[in-house]
Amino acid sequence: MTTPITSGAVSTVEHTIARRRSEGGGALIGYLPVGFPTLSDSIDAAVALVANGVDIIELGLPYSDPVMDGPVIQAATQQALANGFKLRHGFEAIRAITAQVDAPVLVMTYWNPVVQYGVERFADDLRAAGGAGLITPDLIPDEADVWMAASERTGLDRVFLAAPSSSDARLVRAIEASRGFVYTVSTMGTTGARAGVDAAARILVERLRAVGCTSACVGLGISNPEQVREILGYADGAIVGSALVKALADGGVPAAARLALDLAAGANNIRPASTPQ
Amino acid sequence: MSLRTQPGPYFGDFGGRFVPESLVAALDELTAEYELARNDPAFAAALTKLHMNYSGRPSIITEVPRFAEYAGGARIILKREDLNHTGSHKINNALGQALLTQRIGKTRVIAETGAGQHGVATATVAALFGLECVVYMGEVDTERQALNVARMRLLGAEVVPVKTGSRTLKDAINDAMRDWVGNVDTTNYIFGTVAGPHPFPAMVRDFQKIIGEEARKQVLDLTGSLPDAVTACVGGGSNAMGIFDAFLDDPDVALFGYEAAGDGVETPRHAATITKGRPGVLHGARSMLLQDEDGQTVDSHSISAGLDYPGVGPEHAWLASIGRATYLPITDDEAMSALRLLSRTEGIIPAIESSHALAGTLELGRTLGPEATILVNLSGRGDKDMETAGRYFDLLDEGAEQS
Repeated sequence: MTTPITSGAVSTVEHTIARRRSEGGGALIGYLPVGFPTLSDSIDAAVALVANGVDIIELGLPYSDPVMDGPVIQAATQQALANGFKLRHGFEAIRAITAQVDAPVLVMTYWNPVVQYGVERFADDLRAAGGAGLITPDLIPDEADVWMAASERTGLDRVFLAAPSSSDARLVRAIEASRGFVYTVSTMGTTGARAGVDAAARILVERLRAVGCTSACVGLGISNPEQVREILGYADGAIVGSALVKALADGGVPAAARLALDLAAGANNIRPASTPQ
Repeated sequence: MSLRTQPGPYFGDFGGRFVPESLVAALDELTAEYELARNDPAFAAALTKLHMNYSGRPSIITEVPRFAEYAGGARIILKREDLNHTGSHKINNALGQALLTQRIGKTRVIAETGAGQHGVATATVAALFGLECVVYMGEVDTERQALNVARMRLLGAEVVPVKTGSRTLKDAINDAMRDWVGNVDTTNYIFGTVAGPHPFPAMVRDFQKIIGEEARKQVLDLTGSLPDAVTACVGGGSNAMGIFDAFLDDPDVALFGYEAAGDGVETPRHAATITKGRPGVLHGARSMLLQDEDGQTVDSHSISAGLDYPGVGPEHAWLASIGRATYLPITDDEAMSALRLLSRTEGIIPAIESSHALAGTLELGRTLGPEATILVNLSGRGDKDMETAGRYFDLLDEGAEQS
């Protein structure tokens, strides 16, 4: 089921998404920032998410100027930074999470921390820690030559964004540049739970499919199992962020785990399973 | 090869577009429309008409001999952007981008502001063009520049105090970008400085380069030759690019940008981005910035809200890297002394931002000697700074403060 990758690397993220699809469901991707509310709680929360049905972890690295994030994630990452988050904690967290669970761990990071760490060094250390790749909200393929080369060399996934405002030519570019999946931005806006997920998401996935996308996961504004189910009716994965962070903030690891279990119910039995693997 | 009018997106190793994909379409649209507009005589004519009949261009130059006595006797000439409508150079860019907004057909504009000068300029053009206007301003800045907040509201703009991060200009830009991501269909972002993603650095420079084009001719008419040096303060760097650009291909004209050194560049409380920063990515462009070893932006400090920014425009980073312009730090105290000196010797109260350029020029004049001519961009007037100056120099008696 895995798509052959140019470098010969096998994307565990793509593999996981394909497996979930063949099981008749879709991938549930859960976002948490490292170091919130504490480093060890963020690790425990990620492990608990996987134990409760989250398929892929998106681990956010707190950053001082997160322009794609809404108030919930801003507040959480600002607290993590105030508590002394350092990039090395990110690698520690990945190591600790992947030691306990099998789910792939993608890192979501704004670009400057990677640049300052050194793109090649970051790729090596991410690989060594067991990370699957990067989601880069403020790095577009046009500016990504260095990261393209580093991810080719190390076999890491690279997830670029597609937005409702993207031209067809840019969708093609995002698909060609991405490995793992294309992060399909459901709505024109920042992260944060929304009552209804835009019709824009369905239209954008259709547009991505029309130009050859085989792995499209939808994020922004998704907070409940009904939305997950709706999205997985047409997309390959659903990404939940702010709702999980809010649950973690309000009720600690148990609350985040409960929400994950709820959300996971929305990610199963969407269509008949295909031939068992 | 000419150094002038670099089209972007790159200035040497700097510049580019490090933005969420959601904004790319809007940036492409802006780039394309700007390209059409800059080649359209009707656009140029409309802008020139506004300059002449609304904002008061050309701005004059003023020679300041009594001030120059403190600068080693060098000949010092001020370019009087402080006399523009709204009180600073910011109106030049706001008018250009408002015309562009109208051309694109959007009805709502947003802006970030530090000292409030760009916010006031944007609120002004929004009123003039009948556009809805929201200005993001760090909460710290709304407090220290309360007069400008009142001006913007009087002009009909909504001012949003930004309470995240350091609550200054950098965070105002973050919130303006978030607004733009969510409202890009109806909204144009009137960016205030030569930073940010392409096309802003090149476009804002183009709207400001009239400062140097006028001044170059005015100084030639007055003195018969080009100045030996041109000086300006640098926060994001729009007034500096505005006056530098016309002189970039005059190799005998030295260019000096003065950054805010706050309490001193040896302390952690400064905003001297080129002096103390490293290359990195912030607010959509690769440039110099103040950051820690993890690439987290470090809070800046300056008594001047307009210079209190940990980044700088990519063209300045490039001009510094190739040695065409020199960037030096000026402390709060040096700037405030220069503010008082110009006020008392020439009857001109400069903005605290511009006072950094004046302070640097005093030192430069002593170095260059009495034969030198220095052109200074007096980018703004000090009316907005009277509360800060009043406190700094203890000018207000208790009764006056209470009234």
